[in-house]
Amino acid sequence: MSTETGAVSGSETSRIHNIGYRSYDGKRLGRSYARRSLYSQSLRGSFGLGRSAKSKVLPMLLFGVMCMVAAIIVAVAIAAPGTTALPIKYTAFAIYLQAVIGLFLAAQAPQSVSRDLRFKSVPLYFSRPIERADYVVAKLAAMASALFILTGAPLVILYVGALLGKFDFAEQTKGFGQGLVSVALLSVLFAGLGLVMAALTPRRGFGVAAVIAVLTISFGAVSTVQAIAWQTGSTGAIEWLGLFSPITLIGGVQTAFLGATSAFPGGEGPGVGAGVVYLIVVLALVAGSYAVLMRRYRRVGL
Amino acid sequence: MRIQPPGLTTGVVCATIFEDVTVIATESLSKRFPRVTALDRLSLDIGPGVTGLVGSNGAGKSTLIKILLGLSPATEGRAAVLGLDVATSGAAIRERVGYMPEHDCLPPDVSATEFVVHMARMSGLPPTAARERTADTLRHVGLYEERYRPIGGYSTGMKQRVKLAQALVHDPQLVLLDEPTNGLDPVGRDEMLGLIRRVHTDFGISVLVTSHLLGELERTCDHVVVIDGGTLLRSSSTSDFTQTTTTLAVEVTDSDTHPDGTDALRQVLTRAGVNLVGHDGLDGQGLPGAGHILLVEATGEETYDIVRDSVAGLGLGLVRMEQRRHHIAEVFRTEEAPRAAAVTQTVSAVVGAVQQKGSGRDEH
Ligand SMILES: Nc1ncnc2c1ncn2[C@@H]1O[C@H](COP(=O)(O)OP(=O)(O)OP(=O)(O)O)[C@@H](O)[C@H]1O
Ligand SMILES: [Mg+2]
Repeated sequence: MSTETGAVSGSETSRIHNIGYRSYDGKRLGRSYARRSLYSQSLRGSFGLGRSAKSKVLPMLLFGVMCMVAAIIVAVAIAAPGTTALPIKYTAFAIYLQAVIGLFLAAQAPQSVSRDLRFKSVPLYFSRPIERADYVVAKLAAMASALFILTGAPLVILYVGALLGKFDFAEQTKGFGQGLVSVALLSVLFAGLGLVMAALTPRRGFGVAAVIAVLTISFGAVSTVQAIAWQTGSTGAIEWLGLFSPITLIGGVQTAFLGATSAFPGGEGPGVGAGVVYLIVVLALVAGSYAVLMRRYRRVGL
Repeated sequence: MRIQPPGLTTGVVCATIFEDVTVIATESLSKRFPRVTALDRLSLDIGPGVTGLVGSNGAGKSTLIKILLGLSPATEGRAAVLGLDVATSGAAIRERVGYMPEHDCLPPDVSATEFVVHMARMSGLPPTAARERTADTLRHVGLYEERYRPIGGYSTGMKQRVKLAQALVHDPQLVLLDEPTNGLDPVGRDEMLGLIRRVHTDFGISVLVTSHLLGELERTCDHVVVIDGGTLLRSSSTSDFTQTTTTLAVEVTDSDTHPDGTDALRQVLTRAGVNLVGHDGLDGQGLPGAGHILLVEATGEETYDIVRDSVAGLGLGLVRMEQRRHHIAEVFRTEEAPRAAAVTQTVSAVVGAVQQKGSGRDEH
């Protein structure tokens, strides 16, 4: 029969191949399992786990810096005689170390989404039971979790240190809790913004640059204009200006609701009223990021 | 023709697939983009086995595959895969089907093993099963030690095998392979086609494979569907095709007695009653050596003998005599035909003629 000729060719290789094929009758765990697998793979990937040694260097280094700074703060607080509290608030830590967080996001967001886009692996996902929303949610959740680990771990170090130093338990626990809520919000917001920028710039290098630029330029611009407003005495504008950069948005929310000391010039952070606006803007940005990502992947499917 | 039962290996008895089971069915399926109609009321009925989907660039092959995967809604008409409606059961279809895209889709910085394991998990296989199936599947497609190296360093042939492996790793009932021989050299093509054949015979998985080369699919497939401009040109079992499309490309040198050796041979062959195809038997494709290649319709061993004897009789040198793979356009399109409604007509006429010639010689 003529159709057999195809199988005859490459006799040597097909002889080696001819090891009985086994069909698969085991479990097929479906969509939610695939989504969880993608989540854990992406989360591990953000710290270079399951990737080359080279890809572990930067995320581990940044994670190390965050923890190291927290450890030093704790050491100083405990060593100094007569201290009754940590030298900084839990909520202030992420603001001080925003550059490290920004670097982490700039490096890891593109590696999380740009690779699949650039090497066109996305259709392979969508030709499986996993859906577009599963992919986007898994990637967002993984990035947010990675940021939460990065920003939450040093807070844990601070808290443990505070307990060892026998500082006021109730006060420390409350501060720690507020800090965790704040970095959780920061993680979700930054993950959304970072992934959007990375997904819109499939070239990895551009993605890195875009994330750094958006974070630093917006923060630089907001701080400068706030400083000018402070000097010209228009203090009323300061609390609203903070709406225009991601880190000052988080700063505003935690000042209004989480007992943080405002880092705005003159401590002119938003009150509860303006704080609601801050919170709405943060949530809108997160929802917007999700919507943009969903749109971005609509066409890529195929 | 008979469709072979799926390979029953190592004692694992697969569900018996009956000949009359429909794997893919479309009914008046259309897909219109703002400026083009990619599929135009296409009705197909594809059974188990290896089915070739042939069409030139833009014929609508990839569009059809995307609709079958439930990823792109049809403008009108219906389609079912493995008995499931693509419009409503996309997820269920994608669980049972494997897909190999036509374009590159592999990240260069991970190994084949890591990548295929990941894709297996995306198909719902538990971690241990994903690893075992990956090792098996990569071995079956012919990747051994190299599977631990980053994909970036692979040859095109190896990459195509990885792409095939990720489509097979979850042991689907059907795989949709979009131009799997793309970019491969002749040896690589033959190996890939052999592998595709085995996907059905040994693994028991039905295959829909696209190509714009009719010749390579007719050797591999049980059934070939030809589409052009989104419409069905022909759907038939391959035995009809193989009979009619065996063509020999013959190239000869010139000599002092015959300054135009090609023409001399053409005359001798015509007198000997051998059918010449193409433009008076001359290859007008603009390929290297075009104008010096005679396309001879081979009816069997005797044609080879006649050509060889004629060349020897004329005292010419035989540069080459090879079986030709048809480019689809070569078979179904007459030269210079304006891209108008007339094309389809001419094409159908040609197909009709080819079909007639074919049916007269079934006992060969
Ligand atoms: N998303 C799209 N938007 C607009 N037009 C499209 C889109 N996808 C495909 N087309 C058009 O539909 C027609 C069929 O395309 P398709 O990709 O299905 O062809 P094909 O047979 O796979 O061709 P090739 O051999 O080049 O892969 C082409 O004219 C193409 O330009
Ligand atoms: Mg195509």
